[in-house]
Amino acid sequence: MATKRLVLNFPPHLIDQPVTYQLITKYKLRVNILRARITPKEWGRLVVEVSGTKKNLDAALQFVAQLGLDVKPLAQDVRWHEDRCIECTACTSICPTGALSVTRPEMRVSFKHEKCIACELCLPTCAYGAVEIMF
Amino acid sequence: MAKTIQEINEKIKSGRAVVFTAEEVIGVAKSKGLKKAALEVDVVTTGTFAPMCSSGAYFNVGHTKPRIKLGGGKVTLNDVPVYTGLAAVDLFLGATAIPDDDPRNRIHPGRFAYGGGHVIEDLVAGKDVKLVARAYGTDCYPRRKLETLLRLEDTNQAVLFNMRNAYQNYGVAVNLSDRIIYTYMGVLQPNMRNATYCSAGQLSPLLNDPFYLAIGMGTRIFLGGGVGYVVGSGTQHNPGVPRNDRGVPRAGAGTLAVTGDLKLMQARWLRGAAFTGYGSTLAVGIGVPIPILNEEILRCTMVTDADIVAPIIDYSDAYPKGIPGNLGEVTYARLKSGSITVNGKKVPTAGLSSYARAQEIATILKGWIQGGEFLLTEPVTTLPSVDSGIVFKPLNERPINNNSSAS
Repeated sequence: MATKRLVLNFPPHLIDQPVTYQLITKYKLRVNILRARITPKEWGRLVVEVSGTKKNLDAALQFVAQLGLDVKPLAQDVRWHEDRCIECTACTSICPTGALSVTRPEMRVSFKHEKCIACELCLPTCAYGAVEIMF
Repeated sequence: MAKTIQEINEKIKSGRAVVFTAEEVIGVAKSKGLKKAALEVDVVTTGTFAPMCSSGAYFNVGHTKPRIKLGGGKVTLNDVPVYTGLAAVDLFLGATAIPDDDPRNRIHPGRFAYGGGHVIEDLVAGKDVKLVARAYGTDCYPRRKLETLLRLEDTNQAVLFNMRNAYQNYGVAVNLSDRIIYTYMGVLQPNMRNATYCSAGQLSPLLNDPFYLAIGMGTRIFLGGGVGYVVGSGTQHNPGVPRNDRGVPRAGAGTLAVTGDLKLMQARWLRGAAFTGYGSTLAVGIGVPIPILNEEILRCTMVTDADIVAPIIDYSDAYPKGIPGNLGEVTYARLKSGSITVNGKKVPTAGLSSYARAQEIATILKGWIQGGEFLLTEPVTTLPSVDSGIVFKPLNERPINNNSSAS
């Protein structure tokens, strides 16, 4: 079983395609929708976590690419700039998954990519531009 | 047997000074006992790194040909207005100044992504900034327009001058209302779903010298990565705040005014800060050395996070309305554990002051002193203390009477 977090970008002419349905029924993937923005006539964006056998995942990604969707790993869209972070810990209390966390009592802040779901709750709390999310 | 600063400096010069950070000294004093430790330890270093709003810098940018009178005119640095009510080419840049109509600030809550603090950071980082000026022109200073790129090294003088830094303790902010609020203590979630605090606690300079016995006017300090000096007490310096039996204030009390040569500082320790929905400011790194002249001074540096309490304040209603009181007090040890309990409710906490960076500053300053490159100074005069009679007054509003013909 492999799990991937992906950002699927739908060009305007494809936003009414039931892609998620296909991922589940045809490719037997467990799909968790983390974030979705779909507006008529605009690019749609889906942030999903998909799990399945490697074979099915690869086939599903091929299908989706062939359809004309743009697929990127979520990791690329979420950036923690360690050089800008001052480790004040302001962000750590709001992060729902613990992607942004603090070790105690040293009070060192760190970011775990794989836990981030791009919920953006941390963005307004960081005064130093250390978290950047391209959503 | 009391030590003198002169004796300590002799030890520093010969590389024999015994120096600990304010965190390390807690363990040292506990294991050796107060008496022995006071004889052996020469200096305790403190540190803090957090937003400090009453900060700024003044510059002399040099004269143009023909000359221009920036004084009394309109000048911006990277679109941030600077104060020109000074001599012809002297400018004052405040940390919280923001561009006149920044689109990023127009829509609620506003990002305040760039302001005076960011200009200071950019200058210290060696970047070019845009200087745009309009002057009213005089016979001796005829020029009326100036637009130029400017770098810190181009200026004659560039001096950091912060009227209020290093607050001795502060409050803990919560939000009792049912809407998110945007404050200088960060984004506060409704129904007390988070609490923020802003202090370096046991590393904080003035919390390690609660009665200002060691720190005074002229004290040499680590400031913004370079060397600076305490000018005196800062604005809102309020020594009369209630204290615990060790003299540690139970709420925000004393403050410091500090200054230093900006050209010798580093961007790592002077960072522009953007508080969503509130404004822009400057995060400043400060480290103050405390000479261990006697047992009493050492005892004060042994303060721990568990010894320092802060009041919990509602920023949704009580604070904006100026209503005194609090929802209780909590120790910094509790705050730094990640959650506190208020009225039976578990509230997650978040800091605004970087303890990790405060540690780093105290350690850097320790290194400077051990390395013989940083000598302590004798304060020229002490900061006003509890017997000074200082009272922190609110603004007494008095109407301006426009009808009176008598003056």
